[in-house]
Amino acid sequence: MVTLTIEGRTVVVPPGTNLIEAAKTAGVLIPHYCYHPSLPVAGVCRMCLVEVEKFPKLTPACATTVGDGQVVHVHSDKARDARKGVLEFLLINHPLDCPICDQAGECELQDYTFAEGRKDSRYMEPKRFNPMEDFGGDVLYVPNRCILCTRCVRFMDVMAKDPVLNVSERGDRAYIGKFEGSDLTHAWAGNVVDLCPVGALLSKDFLNRARAWELDRAASVCPSCSQGCNVMLETRDNVVVRIRPRANVAVNQHFACDVGRMNYRWINRRDRLEYPVVRTEQGLSAASWSEAVQRAAAAISGAARVTMLASPSLSNETLFLLGRIASHVGASSVMTIERGHEAPLVGAKDLSLRAERAANHTGAELFGFTEFAAPLDALASGDVLIVADAAVTTVPPGVSVVVIGTLLDQALAAHVVAALPICNFAEEDGTFTNLRGRVQRFLQAKAAPAQTRPSYRVAGDLATALGAGSFPPLAADIFASIATTVPAFTGMTYRTLGLQGAPLPLLAETTA
Amino acid sequence: MGYPHPSHPRETPVISKYFGDAEARTLAGWQARGGYEVLREALATDPVEVQNVVKESGLRGRGGAGFPTGVKWSFMKPDGKTHYLCINADESEPGTFKDRELMRWTPHQLVEGTAVAAHAIYAETAYIYIRGEYTEPIARVREAVREAYAAGILGANAMGSGKRVDVHVHKGAGAYICGEETALMNSLEGRRGNPRIKPPFPAVAGLFAKPTTINNVETVCAAVHVLRNGADWYKSLSSPTNPKSTGTKLFSVCGNVARPGNYEVGMGFSMKEFLWDVCGGPPSGRTFKAIIPGGSSVPILTPEECEGAVMDYEGIQAAGSLLGSGGVICFDDTQDMVRQIARLARFYAHESCAQCTQCREGTAWTTKILERIRDGQGTMKDLDTLLEIADNMTGKTICVLSDSCATPVVSGLKKFRHEFEAKIPKNRSSVMVPSFATAAA
Repeated sequence: MVTLTIEGRTVVVPPGTNLIEAAKTAGVLIPHYCYHPSLPVAGVCRMCLVEVEKFPKLTPACATTVGDGQVVHVHSDKARDARKGVLEFLLINHPLDCPICDQAGECELQDYTFAEGRKDSRYMEPKRFNPMEDFGGDVLYVPNRCILCTRCVRFMDVMAKDPVLNVSERGDRAYIGKFEGSDLTHAWAGNVVDLCPVGALLSKDFLNRARAWELDRAASVCPSCSQGCNVMLETRDNVVVRIRPRANVAVNQHFACDVGRMNYRWINRRDRLEYPVVRTEQGLSAASWSEAVQRAAAAISGAARVTMLASPSLSNETLFLLGRIASHVGASSVMTIERGHEAPLVGAKDLSLRAERAANHTGAELFGFTEFAAPLDALASGDVLIVADAAVTTVPPGVSVVVIGTLLDQALAAHVVAALPICNFAEEDGTFTNLRGRVQRFLQAKAAPAQTRPSYRVAGDLATALGAGSFPPLAADIFASIATTVPAFTGMTYRTLGLQGAPLPLLAETTA
Repeated sequence: MGYPHPSHPRETPVISKYFGDAEARTLAGWQARGGYEVLREALATDPVEVQNVVKESGLRGRGGAGFPTGVKWSFMKPDGKTHYLCINADESEPGTFKDRELMRWTPHQLVEGTAVAAHAIYAETAYIYIRGEYTEPIARVREAVREAYAAGILGANAMGSGKRVDVHVHKGAGAYICGEETALMNSLEGRRGNPRIKPPFPAVAGLFAKPTTINNVETVCAAVHVLRNGADWYKSLSSPTNPKSTGTKLFSVCGNVARPGNYEVGMGFSMKEFLWDVCGGPPSGRTFKAIIPGGSSVPILTPEECEGAVMDYEGIQAAGSLLGSGGVICFDDTQDMVRQIARLARFYAHESCAQCTQCREGTAWTTKILERIRDGQGTMKDLDTLLEIADNMTGKTICVLSDSCATPVVSGLKKFRHEFEAKIPKNRSSVMVPSFATAAA
């Protein structure tokens, strides 16, 4: 370990650490643009110049590794003046169009200028102008705002291994170019928008949708595949408007794929099942929660044979309780896993858009659900099918259906005995177990519509109504009971998971 | 030799001895003049001994930085790794054209020096990276390399020594920045010619990430003569008063001067005698106004500062500038220094690789302000701004292109401020920027 002093604070870090990362451990932010922890060091923006005692010149913190006994000054006059100079240079050709720029509010140029920049401009010449360019995929390039940090170029070169971007031209004529005939259509290309420290690379999907300061953010986990990328769900007026990656070195570094990013509109669907529904003589009609749960329980316990078809994207908590119901009533518990193409991010270790487009199939397996390609074929008249947020459109005649879901498919209406409305993952707390057995929490990001209830609570109430025991009403407490009853989860709590998750204890032992 | 002028008696022609001698270009002619004997001996000598002779001679890098050549070679150890030698023939510094003549007249001198240097650093492969605009030098060096291969001087068994020496000639594509050593390596590797961040230094990870030494054309040419005649002989060529700068230096003289050309003189030569005697002084009827002694990147000197200076690394530094590449640019009293400095700044703005913020934006901004002052649209405040920009551009970037742009601005403003002020209309505090000026017209 190396011991050094940064801004008067003693820091102990492993050898080979650069000064930016070392400073982070002391709670000191060294302003920077081109440096990114998941990309190779370029050292070109010169924003992170710091003063190191006994060095003849200011040194770029990103490209300087720690040395024993170093004394680093981040906020000395010399270092501040250098940053002020860089900010002035960056701004001479940068349009002051923050009021119409999507990046405003989360722009590093804006932030650092506000903190340390000049209050006036000495630049009297006309600014450089280049027209906007559609980079393909979801990406729009606004060259006038570009500070040429080359994060995007390095991401496409090194992480995506699809080098479609370059620096074209030289001097102040330089801009980010796209090789002729190629577009930013790589499955992970959308990350360049997040990597861009300014508003030069924009998401077409998010263009002019919201100002950064209007958004509410909740830590979550991407439900689009079994990789379990950590994401931030960003909502405006209770509507999810953007999904962005949240750093987790063990899972997704700083990245998320385009499929995950774009797959949020379903969360905001307005044609939800909002009230408990039961079958009456007049057909389906709204009912109270207690009546609906009782009707569902009666149908299940009166059936000759019960099949439970659950979505492998439900949380561990819900699947655990559904598994309890299945074992209590002797139901077969099955799931279907939707599959798509696999799209790895080649430059990152074990990071891919997985073929299994289900957030929690590993968890589902641990709670007794088995994959069954055609679960409905085995059904016969008189059976009860419990559909837990799974997509089912037709069932054989004579089969009664209990729905625990966010939607009620009209094609099923004739079979439904009771339908219990639940929250989707953005409206409740819970955990997913990813394909490597990492258990990760997601937090509620938006309010649920009307009378919908968290899925774990609905499953718990139904289990209680069936006599399978009583269960606590909060996700954290249900997880605690998972930890005491399911061996794979032994000892885990929401507190120990934190927001970065943890591998299942058994897996951790075997891989250690 | 002062080619195209006849040699001046005060010159000490060593590497330039055969300028103008067409026979020296051929292999036969070069061998008749004692060529390749040094290489034959060197190949039979331990590289460390070769390094020691060059170290002892005090030969320093002639590309501009003046790093001791023998010391640089001694960084390369027989570690079993592949080593590379790069010869920097991307001579693009405005005012510098010494390597051009070395390659035009004595391409075999360069090939021999290259092979010697390759042996001295345990390298089997050398690349000569020649500026793309140098069409004749490229042809001459290519022909010399071809002849040397045909004669068995280069190749798998160089001069029968059992050692392999391969020399590749690479043509640049016209970027000044590719003369920066790490940008040159990127360019050779087929990448964009951007300087690399150091460390790692080339001696650790250079070309193709292998230990690499990079030398200037003039340096390896001089090394041939050092090895032929010994370190003491080389030291005897220069003024004994300064043992830190030894041997001879080839100066390219251009601009407003009676006899422009290349002149080789011993280190420590009086600058006054050089300019007024060897080069013939200013054109008749004129006087010198300014001298840039070492290529466009070094501070500008006034004739008074030049008069007392001696021409070696330390002497020119004492006079307030740098020896640099030895490109002496002369300005006479008819020149407009604002126009000249603006033109220099435009060159650097055009050639900036665009990596570092200070250089990309600073060179262009400096140029715009200077050209505005040149066109009578400046303000007094601009002069302060120029100096502050120059300060922000100095010592903060990966390579020194940014500093090189700031240097003539700072020294020019210091020494010729009255010329700048004369172009600024009295009592002007704001300007019509070009776009508005056009709109109003």
